[in-house]
Amino acid sequence: MKISFKINGEDITVEVDGNMPLLWVVRDTLGLKGTKFGCGKAACGACTLHVDGIAVRSCSYAVRFAEGKSVTTIEGLSIKGELHPVQQAWTDEIVPQCGYCQPGFMMATAALLNRIPNPTDQDIDDNIVNVCRCATYYRMRKAIHRAAEINNQKV
Amino acid sequence: MANKETKKKKGWSRRKFLIRSSIGVGVVVGTGYFTRSIWRRYLAGIANTLEAPYQGTTTAPGLWFEITAQNQIILHSPKVEMGQGTFTGLAQIAADELEVNVSQVQVVHAETMSGNIDTFATGGSTSISSLWTPLREIAATMREMVKNEAAKQMGTTRENIKAGNGIVTDGNDSFTYGEIVARVAEWEEVDTPELKDISEYKFVGKPVARIDLNAKVKGDPIFGMDAEMPGMLYGAVLRPSMIDARLVSADTAKAEGMPGVVMVVKEEDFVGIIANSYYEAESAKNTIEAEWSANKTWQYQDIANMIKVGQGDPQTIQKSGSTSGLAQVEGLVSAEYTSPMGAHAQIEPNGAVAHVEADRATVIMSTQVIELTRKEIARRLDFDKSQVNIKPTYLGGGFGRRLHTPNAIQAAVMSKAVGKPVKSFFSRQEEFQNDTFRPPTHHVLQASLSEDGLIESMEHNLSSGDVALGSPMLPAIVGQVFGSDVGAWRGGMIQYSGIPNYKAVSWRVKLPFATSWWRSLGLLANTFAIESFMDELAIKAGKNPVEFRLAQIDGSDRGYRLKEVIKAAAEKAGYSDEVSNGRAMGFACSTDANTPCAQVAEVSIEKGQIKVHKVTCAMDPGLVVNPDQVRAQCEGSVIMGMSASMFEKMDVIDNQLKPTIYGAYKMARMKHAPKEIDVVLLQNADAPGAVGEPPLGPIGAAIANAVFRLTGQRLRDMPLKLA
Ligand code: FES
Ligand code: FES
Repeated sequence: MKISFKINGEDITVEVDGNMPLLWVVRDTLGLKGTKFGCGKAACGACTLHVDGIAVRSCSYAVRFAEGKSVTTIEGLSIKGELHPVQQAWTDEIVPQCGYCQPGFMMATAALLNRIPNPTDQDIDDNIVNVCRCATYYRMRKAIHRAAEINNQKV
Repeated sequence: MANKETKKKKGWSRRKFLIRSSIGVGVVVGTGYFTRSIWRRYLAGIANTLEAPYQGTTTAPGLWFEITAQNQIILHSPKVEMGQGTFTGLAQIAADELEVNVSQVQVVHAETMSGNIDTFATGGSTSISSLWTPLREIAATMREMVKNEAAKQMGTTRENIKAGNGIVTDGNDSFTYGEIVARVAEWEEVDTPELKDISEYKFVGKPVARIDLNAKVKGDPIFGMDAEMPGMLYGAVLRPSMIDARLVSADTAKAEGMPGVVMVVKEEDFVGIIANSYYEAESAKNTIEAEWSANKTWQYQDIANMIKVGQGDPQTIQKSGSTSGLAQVEGLVSAEYTSPMGAHAQIEPNGAVAHVEADRATVIMSTQVIELTRKEIARRLDFDKSQVNIKPTYLGGGFGRRLHTPNAIQAAVMSKAVGKPVKSFFSRQEEFQNDTFRPPTHHVLQASLSEDGLIESMEHNLSSGDVALGSPMLPAIVGQVFGSDVGAWRGGMIQYSGIPNYKAVSWRVKLPFATSWWRSLGLLANTFAIESFMDELAIKAGKNPVEFRLAQIDGSDRGYRLKEVIKAAAEKAGYSDEVSNGRAMGFACSTDANTPCAQVAEVSIEKGQIKVHKVTCAMDPGLVVNPDQVRAQCEGSVIMGMSASMFEKMDVIDNQLKPTIYGAYKMARMKHAPKEIDVVLLQNADAPGAVGEPPLGPIGAAIANAVFRLTGQRLRDMPLKLA
């Protein structure tokens, strides 16, 4: 079927099986590889992207539900080449190790900050539930607080 | 340690530089790096220190560096980057001897057809330590060669040329390395110069930001999973869900008619579906009606029953004085500990993109064993290995899971069958069901105390499934030389050299499924057992556990370094035996691959669960190339070790391996991670040592020891569970 939506600000139409997970459309049809496959069962968060500003695990989100919506991936997080505050904070704290899980965590964090601009540690524990096997959680927590600070300074 | 340096240097033959002109990117400078008697040196390396020397290509000159016209230095790394920060460390090391800035150095994975790869593996925390000397020598030689050519071009002698920031000058004119290199028609070989003194290094020792940071923050397509080839199809492979399984029949009639399916490949050892998309390939695969059979019905308890000290083949791995009669001693202290089977659970599944043509195969993938994979593919396709080019990518986690990557063979076989490139990777369920697990272990510890409350005699008996033995990475000779499993031993020896009599014995048991390398190998379980037991002994002796340990370490160099990390951790954490504000501290330490590490865990019980608030980690990995990344490895190891100690366990129910998904396979997440991790780095050795695994050792025991002080419960089985 034909499905039309916005990807990182651009209108596109794809012709695919409507039940195909959005993840594979983004990665293989649109060639945006920043959104990762980790489990395919909504259990790890590696595939997290935004649909209308909300964090979604795209491995378990059929592409037909994206019709008419606006999808943002890690590639679209930075605006005009400038790193998004979350990416900047991740850079400042040197968070990534292998890096594979990191786009998912950054997308989850960006969505969290939209809802809760100054998250407490408890907010972070409750909302950032992705899996990182390199276990970079210690720096991630620092980076999440830092991203909130960067956002505050911008306002 | 200075000693070790000179010794090492003598072992290297003078290397031959091979210079080729390039196609478009300036001039390519390559070197052949000679190693001799690889296995002898390798085995000697393990036996002495558990350190593996670099095993580069033997005589073929391969590519180390390229210098581009834009004055970029491209270093072709023989080791892969799996998160451990090796690329950054190598860039720092190379930059200092090359006299360029780190920002000018780009590191890429060497390909088998053109580069030097480590023919053994990337693993064992050896990447930086094994390349420390060779890379500096090669970089220094290259710098001199550039200076030499610059002198010729400027009409002066090499002594009059100064190099810095990638620029050479004779005092009047200056040129970039790229400019000089572009004009060289024929290179002249020079001798390897004296290496610089470490104090002259500008980048080694500094917390340089990871060189792959930007790519990883932006989500660049750098992983094997992201690789594509033109015209590529997707392959799904039918894999067993159970142990000890044999495929009896597979009815693929339905799959063949599914949308997008291009071909069904039936081989003796696997069934593959090739389709236009991953989704279609997987959907079709799920319609296959397969029948599997097993010789026997296995439950986890059957496995646990096999892993018992006293069963299988024993091998004494360490002995000092005599422990005979220990079991009969009055007042014998003895305790048993266990650890479960654990999964790697790296987030990037194993996979490969392969393109097989009439006379060559190209494979892009994440692997820790480039050479082994290349050989396995060549064998299966009936190619010479020179016809197989492996292009390694960044790994989305390694942890030992990619120390055998035969899945590349399936991608290659499917590509050959369909005549197009094929990408194939594991589903998460298949990852859990087909992992090469961390083996379960059982430990018996026994000791007698002297009148003054010190250990008189101590024995560690450990039983483990295979780690190194049976691995296709090692030739059978390893088993013959050592008699039992070097991987299972890791961390199993008693590090308290001041004890008059001690002995460690390893019992080998072969399990009906693959167990293998898991980050730090036996270290996690062995240290959990020994260091929990040390705590029990200290309490029995009425001593402070830190002082109890310090009193039983000898004055050797190794002993000195261990004592220093013990003191540093205790001091930094303000270690105390007392419970205060509902929190207690636990202490533990280990020595792994010559790197001593001590940790203090600060723990409370919240809603009936163990909560780790803070971990102090003191480690001495010798010379630290990048303190920021060494810290990162400590932080990650602490949390990963915590995860394995407190949550993780694979189960076997009617042959089925379970769980098969994150969440059900419990792991530490953000909410479990300590909010404070305090890392203290000591550098009581002047060459870099192991970093990526040693800090995984102490954490399990440190937590268990803290829990005992809080609750009086001695937890002797991982994952740790309160009664
Ligand atoms: S891949 Fe989507 S949650 Fe794991
Ligand atoms: S950085 Fe490796 S999995 Fe998170």
